[in-house]
Amino acid sequence: MSVIDPSNRGLQLATRYVVLTLIAVIFAFPLVFMLVSSLKPDDQLLRDTASLRAFLPVGDLSLQNYYAAFDRAPVGTFILNSVLVTGVTVALSLFVCSMAAFAFVFLRWSGRDLVLGVILATLIVPFETIAIPLLLVVSKLPWIGLDGFSLGWLNTYRVQIVPFIADGLTIFLFVQYFKDLPGDLAEAARVEGASNWQIYRKVVMPLAGPVLATAAILKFLVMYNQYLWPLMVVQEEGRRPVMVGLQYFFQLNRAWGEIMAYLSMITVPVLAFYLYMQRSFIASIASTGVKG
Amino acid sequence: MTRLTAASALAMLWATGAMAQTELTMWYHGAGNQVESEIVNRIIADFNASQSDWVVSIESFPQNAYNDAVVAAALAGDLPDILDVDGPIMPNWAWAGYLQPLPIEPTRIEAFLPGTKGVWNDQLYSVGLWDAAVALITRQSTLDALGLRTPTLEEPWTQEEFMGAMEAAKASGDYEYAIDLGMSDQSEWYPYAFLPFLWSFGGDLIDAESGYQTAEGVLNGEAALAFGEWWQGMFTEGYAPGPSQDPADHASGFQEGQYAFTWNGNWLALPFLEAFDDVVFLPAPDFGNGNFIGAASWQFAVSGTTEHPEGGAAFIEFALKDEYLRDFSNGIGLIPPTPTAAAMTENYAEGGPMAVFYDLSEDQARLRPVFPGYPVAAKVFAKALTDIANGADVADSLDTAVDEIEADVQSNQGYGQQ
Repeated sequence: MSVIDPSNRGLQLATRYVVLTLIAVIFAFPLVFMLVSSLKPDDQLLRDTASLRAFLPVGDLSLQNYYAAFDRAPVGTFILNSVLVTGVTVALSLFVCSMAAFAFVFLRWSGRDLVLGVILATLIVPFETIAIPLLLVVSKLPWIGLDGFSLGWLNTYRVQIVPFIADGLTIFLFVQYFKDLPGDLAEAARVEGASNWQIYRKVVMPLAGPVLATAAILKFLVMYNQYLWPLMVVQEEGRRPVMVGLQYFFQLNRAWGEIMAYLSMITVPVLAFYLYMQRSFIASIASTGVKG
Repeated sequence: MTRLTAASALAMLWATGAMAQTELTMWYHGAGNQVESEIVNRIIADFNASQSDWVVSIESFPQNAYNDAVVAAALAGDLPDILDVDGPIMPNWAWAGYLQPLPIEPTRIEAFLPGTKGVWNDQLYSVGLWDAAVALITRQSTLDALGLRTPTLEEPWTQEEFMGAMEAAKASGDYEYAIDLGMSDQSEWYPYAFLPFLWSFGGDLIDAESGYQTAEGVLNGEAALAFGEWWQGMFTEGYAPGPSQDPADHASGFQEGQYAFTWNGNWLALPFLEAFDDVVFLPAPDFGNGNFIGAASWQFAVSGTTEHPEGGAAFIEFALKDEYLRDFSNGIGLIPPTPTAAAMTENYAEGGPMAVFYDLSEDQARLRPVFPGYPVAAKVFAKALTDIANGADVADSLDTAVDEIEADVQSNQGYGQQ
């Protein structure tokens, strides 16, 4: 009778892969359900939820739910708005927050620790608590645009972007990362006569790839999933983002297939962005304080 | 030259006319509902073409996001001229200044169902182009198989008969549950659909005689306790699925034979009629103090900040034409507010498959408490019902609900109704 040797390397490897595969399947199930359900008519979709058929592309499959979703709501406009608002906010946020972090780590100025402490303290303030005061402010802010002077930022892209450019978490991520960089690099550049801007641009930022990826992904997720704020400040359909658009599908008679089709479509930009940044994101988690 | 001058004069006249038109903005809760949007847009186009004083432009919002958007806009001072409001919420918005009285002659809506008139503090604030109703829905073959009497408006089921029907359905073994109460829909459905049961037991959400200042004695008195015990029994005895009900079961369970009865709204009745040819819509049972259903659906109003209430009223009055009431009813299955419009519809004309809902609405409908604290009280009531359905102590849950409602009333200085 043969005995299985628990120290067998092949067996350990196989066990590890089985466990990891099982975990991956569990995490993939909701996504598979969403994609598969988006291809099914409502009656079949609801019937299938009682069995494993819910995760299988079987039965009457078609793209009808996708066509219907486009008929029900301007899906393309919503996705475009979200991508635009998210993209611009992420880009500006990385620039502004990294410069702020640079000032906290590489420059000497009085009150630096106090200001950083105050910024970090904002991490514990939920957005909901400042939403209404912020609404009152943005509804009265002046603006000079192509059509002249105006008061109030409601129903614009900028009202969805500007309040979220600077945030405590992104500054914190950059500060933590910059602290781990060798201080000699900046000092050497300074001795060579480099200005602060040159040190920031030519010495520090080229080394900041991993934290840029991490901050970008986290910011992207926050911005792309915005619901409360755009609901409060945007009344025009043409400026609404995807999460507000999702509500178009929750009518009294809910069309679950269309909901799944819409969710599948709005998930694509998120997955694409994550896959693009994946390598740097993992490198950042493995090499910085982000891992906690 | 003469021709050119005449053309210029005409163009100037047209331009002057166009400039004289005042733009009115309107917000509507129906984004994502293509049928509703098509009808509303047609009414607006007809109105804009029918006169030269006003031009209405619409912005539609998804229903679930609508109330929050209106409240945010009110805070920012950015309300539109015309907006629609869910009937029971109207007093709150009127009290908060989001709405102003609607300058429409009462005679214009004399024939309308009571639930479609949004009156608060003796003033008309809103008018509905439809109403909704709830009924006890089943199949005639089910009643026959279970040996049950068919209840009528004149002689609805008593509590004993209703519970007998529940027991008969359960004992037959043919159904997963005797009745679908729609417990998965944890929204305004709870107060809308279940408050009538409390009324029928003799209780209420808040004491109207106190000027809507207290719920003591009506939400936790003997009648309310009896209601609470009965309510809890519906779940502990296994007659109905509780708050954890799968929404999919609620959506299709009746058609698939999981439930013998469903307590449901007329807006969901069309699929039942398509599924079975012997569907019957029964009146609410009488638990001892009359039989009731909730009234009031979405209604049109003018905002508290508009400088043109007469323009808003002109549009709303225009929308009250029978042909539009008919189109809404045919399009989304809701109850037309006038008998003349009902007679023009496919489903509510005499002999129509849903005509009974018009009678139910006329005979049984009762407005949810018309006071500004309703939105909070409704949420508190829904939570108490959920807790009781989940097995919480009935008296404690109702006492807690009373305390929470009173705390809200006090923190809002009695909503100005003392």
